[in-house]
Amino acid sequence: MSETTQPGPVPGFTEEECKTKIGFCAQLRGGVIMDVTNPEQARIAEDSGAAAVMALERVPADIRREGGVARMADLGIIREIQEAVSIPVMAKCRIGHFVEAQILQALEVDCIDESEVLTPADEERHVWKRDFPIPFVCGCRNLGEALRRIHEGAAMIRTKGEAGTGNIVEAVRHMRAVVSGIDQLTKAGEEELEAKAADFRVPLELVRWVARNGRLPVPNFSAGGVATPADAALMMQLGAEAVFVGSGIFKSDDPESRARAIVQAVTHYRDPATLAEVTMGLKGAMKGLEIGNIPDDQRLADRGI
Amino acid sequence: MSKIGVLALQGDFRNHGAAFSKRGYRLREIRKPKDLEDLEGLILPGGESTTLLRLLDRDPELKRALQEAIPGVPVLATCAGLVLCAREVRNPRQPSLGFLDLVVTRNGYGRQIRSAVVPLRGLGGFPDCEGVFIRAPRILEIGPEVRVLAERNGDPALVQQGGILAACFHPELEEDHPVLDLFLSNLNQGNRE
Repeated sequence: MSETTQPGPVPGFTEEECKTKIGFCAQLRGGVIMDVTNPEQARIAEDSGAAAVMALERVPADIRREGGVARMADLGIIREIQEAVSIPVMAKCRIGHFVEAQILQALEVDCIDESEVLTPADEERHVWKRDFPIPFVCGCRNLGEALRRIHEGAAMIRTKGEAGTGNIVEAVRHMRAVVSGIDQLTKAGEEELEAKAADFRVPLELVRWVARNGRLPVPNFSAGGVATPADAALMMQLGAEAVFVGSGIFKSDDPESRARAIVQAVTHYRDPATLAEVTMGLKGAMKGLEIGNIPDDQRLADRGI
Repeated sequence: MSKIGVLALQGDFRNHGAAFSKRGYRLREIRKPKDLEDLEGLILPGGESTTLLRLLDRDPELKRALQEAIPGVPVLATCAGLVLCAREVRNPRQPSLGFLDLVVTRNGYGRQIRSAVVPLRGLGGFPDCEGVFIRAPRILEIGPEVRVLAERNGDPALVQQGGILAACFHPELEEDHPVLDLFLSNLNQGNRE
């Protein structure tokens, strides 16, 4: 990381947005953002040390099992969760559903996740996130997707992983793809950067920013399949700056102690002795799914690319 | 080994690292009690104060070491770091380390949608500047030993008490902020007042 040179303004963001939107997301670094479906779970999450909660009607594992159209959560539930905790409260809108986003902003959620976990509302376009004063997070499978979302105005990127599976393999694939994509750009000449910008369908100046700084211009978090403290620390060691945990906590046999253990694992992600200590004695993790057994049309990561 | 530490349990320790490396200082990330040994300055960064408190509660040795370290060196506390140091914290009420004679309310300027870059009036020789307020704490009361160095519309926004310099805003998110220079000058003078 070249932290001694000026990173320069982020293309597509005003100077103030760099500070307030990207700055907000930066405060979550080293933290865990937990999916919760009611105020009781939100309090457990906050008490365990979560840096933020994601207010949902159903966790991804239930969305996957029950099927049907998954939409923005019930606003009453979001409001109750906002009243129950003092940490930031995020909520999800469907991909491309800018009116759900407008409503969530009116409710003053702290951040919107334009999420593939919900049923997409637009198969061509994502929300043009620059129109919104509040920050957005979006999922990605690789660097091109990450930069397209940042170009649209996302102030935070997370891997998609494969939500609701309790299987970390897809999040690992996506994080490695982002990191190696960045690495390639830092070694590329001008001609190759131009080709990459065309391939990624983003402005050249955004690609140049990444090539010059060797990182994304917004915090790079991980999501999708984290079920254990070891999973969380794995994503951190692979380059994630914070971790979202969806079904992994409240679908396990011991949400409270698992939530605490994952929080400690993200702080001490390079310290195997602490990881062993926090993992010891946990009851069963969520059961989980083999990715190969999920039919192609039920793979959430393929939505909104 | 670097003599300036930054608490790295959770929060934006990385942007503090970047801001100080521009000035030629490398920061030591603090996660364990031994990381606090032989320190000349300490930064308590922004993040979520409840998260920081929970992590400290689960590591009593680290908490004790931190409580011993804070009075002995120049400290820069930003946002959640300020909350961590205040005598009384509201919204909700939560315990804190109590080194600063302040009453603060968390998210005192509102949720993220109210986060903003705001002009600040400097006092007592500190220059006028701006502050990045992100779900920022608001200082409601100050004790007699607290010196106010900058105000946001009449609210104290930057304060110093003894060796602790504390900001409700995020100087590390600015290209160049006088708070960072003041901390470094406290450090170089071994200023304990």
